[in-house]
Amino acid sequence: MQKLSDIAIGKEYIIDSINDDELAQKLLEMGCTPGEKVVVERKAPFNDPIAIVVSGFMLSLRKQDASKIIVKKL
Amino acid sequence: MEITKIKVVLAGNPNSGKSTLFNALTGLRQKVGNYPGITVEKKTGSCFLNQNTKAEITDVPGAYSLYPKSIDEKVAQEVICNKEDKSYPEVIVVVADATNLRRSIFLITQIIDLKMKVVLALNMVDLSLKQGIIINVSKLSQKLQIPVVAINARKQDGIKNLKEAIIEANLQGSENSFFDIRTLFKNIIEETNDLRNSENVYGSFLALCMQEVNSKNKLHSELNILSKKHQFIPSRAQAQETIRRYKKIDTVVDFCSTKTKINANRSITKWLDDVLIHPVFGYFIFLGVLCLIFQAIFSWSAYPMDLIDGWFTGLSIWVASTLPPGVFNDLLVKGVLAGLGGIVIFVPQIAFLFAFIAFLEDTGYMARVGFITDKILRVFGLNGRSIIPLLSGAACAIPAIMSARTIASWKERMITIMVTPLMSCSARLPVYTLIIAMIIPSEQSWGPFNLQGLVMMAFYLLGFLAALGTAFIMKFILKAKERSFYIMEMPSYKIPDWRTVIYTIIEKVKVFLFDAGKVIIAISIILWFLSSYGPGNRFEKIETKWAGQENAETHIAAEKLEASYAGIIGKSIEPAIKPLGFDWKIGIALITSFAAREVFVGTMSTIYSVGDNSNIRTIREKLESVKNPDTGKAFFTTAVGISLMLFYAFAMQCMSTLAIVRRETNSWTWPAVQFVYMGALAYLSSFIAYQLLS
Repeated sequence: MQKLSDIAIGKEYIIDSINDDELAQKLLEMGCTPGEKVVVERKAPFNDPIAIVVSGFMLSLRKQDASKIIVKKL
Repeated sequence: MEITKIKVVLAGNPNSGKSTLFNALTGLRQKVGNYPGITVEKKTGSCFLNQNTKAEITDVPGAYSLYPKSIDEKVAQEVICNKEDKSYPEVIVVVADATNLRRSIFLITQIIDLKMKVVLALNMVDLSLKQGIIINVSKLSQKLQIPVVAINARKQDGIKNLKEAIIEANLQGSENSFFDIRTLFKNIIEETNDLRNSENVYGSFLALCMQEVNSKNKLHSELNILSKKHQFIPSRAQAQETIRRYKKIDTVVDFCSTKTKINANRSITKWLDDVLIHPVFGYFIFLGVLCLIFQAIFSWSAYPMDLIDGWFTGLSIWVASTLPPGVFNDLLVKGVLAGLGGIVIFVPQIAFLFAFIAFLEDTGYMARVGFITDKILRVFGLNGRSIIPLLSGAACAIPAIMSARTIASWKERMITIMVTPLMSCSARLPVYTLIIAMIIPSEQSWGPFNLQGLVMMAFYLLGFLAALGTAFIMKFILKAKERSFYIMEMPSYKIPDWRTVIYTIIEKVKVFLFDAGKVIIAISIILWFLSSYGPGNRFEKIETKWAGQENAETHIAAEKLEASYAGIIGKSIEPAIKPLGFDWKIGIALITSFAAREVFVGTMSTIYSVGDNSNIRTIREKLESVKNPDTGKAFFTTAVGISLMLFYAFAMQCMSTLAIVRRETNSWTWPAVQFVYMGALAYLSSFIAYQLLS
């Protein structure tokens, strides 16, 4: 288990859980549900925010929020 | 033949092509209004579905679900869920992005469960095919038990089929259900049904999810009690429901679509992103884009602005000479037409600005700008999404403040609104131009750069830095109502749709002309009155004094202005503005500038009796010859000039902006605070500058 904020660019992971109710509300409705594949596509300068590809689209979010998303290796 | 009307709402995810479809359906038969009580724009339009059926279409803001997170999304949810609402639809058309089917149909499955009549408009099928995704439309329709129409909003393909589907959907019932929420929460839903006196189980679930705590509303407090009894936590329930709903959607998507090859478009996007959000080049490219926008706003729009200026001057002269002279003539020419001209002149700049913004947004670049600036802006209590309002503020604060709506966090939105007017808007340009021309010699240069240009740039930079600084301070003053998020889709790059760009321009120009226009006209009329009338018989005395003399008209105009109410106010504030290096004449100009800052130039030309021939050069020459009665030297020294420019850089001298801030924040407190803090900033900086420089 790792935090989404800690994983390397380009490696495939699977969303395990989102440890934050408010954040979960926003991400879930966009399709970032547990079990979905997720890849960190790139990072903004200063490594924050990060852009991830999930469920076929690219999404940007802040590092602190990404740290609430727990992922596991595919 | 009788014409049937159907109320239709257009809903869908952001970036799904919803606006494009709305434009394709309604063309120019659009109206932009406001939802009662709140500040979100309401776009409505109409079209004929067939010879005797007319659709009245409301475009609601883009949303991913019926769970609202920003005011924009709240509107979408309210229009769809509130049966009492005037625009409560008979049929809902949900636009879905075929390249992103899974996420796109989440919203429509919720709406199906609300037992509403829906049509799914599947957009961008051509793009999804290019990406190797094949969607079987009839299978999708069969699984969802609703009409599904493949369309291409840009090419206006499939519109006819969509129209037929709307008529058909309206005739049929809407008793389907996609996901039965009772499989998750049975007892509480049934009790809520009884409470709401409704059979609509999903409606009851949404009511439970959106219950307000400590509300005076009877239903809300009853829902509170019920939730406690069943240990129902809305956010958890919502998450549970969303996950289960997506599981069901996954089976539908698997059944209806096949993926053949890997994403080709993705790699173009990848390649462009390597360049456009590169840690170094990314910022340079962004600066380059900014330069281009400024170039357009300042140089390109000069031609149409000159034309408009010419028309209004012509029209004023024609009206003044055609209508019989008198108060009405005067009011029309100096009040109404002068005010109108002052508004219309900004149309080219606003059009250019929104052309660029719409273009950049439609290509997908704006999301990238937010991506590379969020971290920096966050330090100042702002958000990656604040970049658009801030930049737009360099043209005009009015549309800029309106564009702050996409910021979901209340605190960040308020800070953005509060500091945007510090950006140097185009109305300050004429003031800067005139003063810089007066106090900075044009032949001086600094390396390859002309000194005048550098000073101009310095003032633009100053505005930007002041905005950031103020934001930084406000970050510590304002209490956040909710957490700040920056969650934004980064859409694949697209070639922009010229129709969307043009419609955006028309829409924004309309809002500016009508919303700001009303206030500006009103203020212009008041200012006209203040500067055309004075107490007692002062005016007659001036006329008899100059009667028959040479150049009487210009002298009369100058002395009348001095004797008018505006002059009296100017003189009465002179003690207060003397430490800034201003006299009562500048005082009058400061007051009249409330209509719009650029009125400064016109007022100065009247008050120093330049006469009708009021182009910048003649005003400049006139002003340069003004002597200071105390020293006998030129009045407009560098110190006075810099002080005046600083005052214009910071002071909130724009009634229309205050009016828009009032509208956007729904309270007079915010514009009042803005007026006071900007005024204090202006006064202090002018004071310090003048005292140091003189």
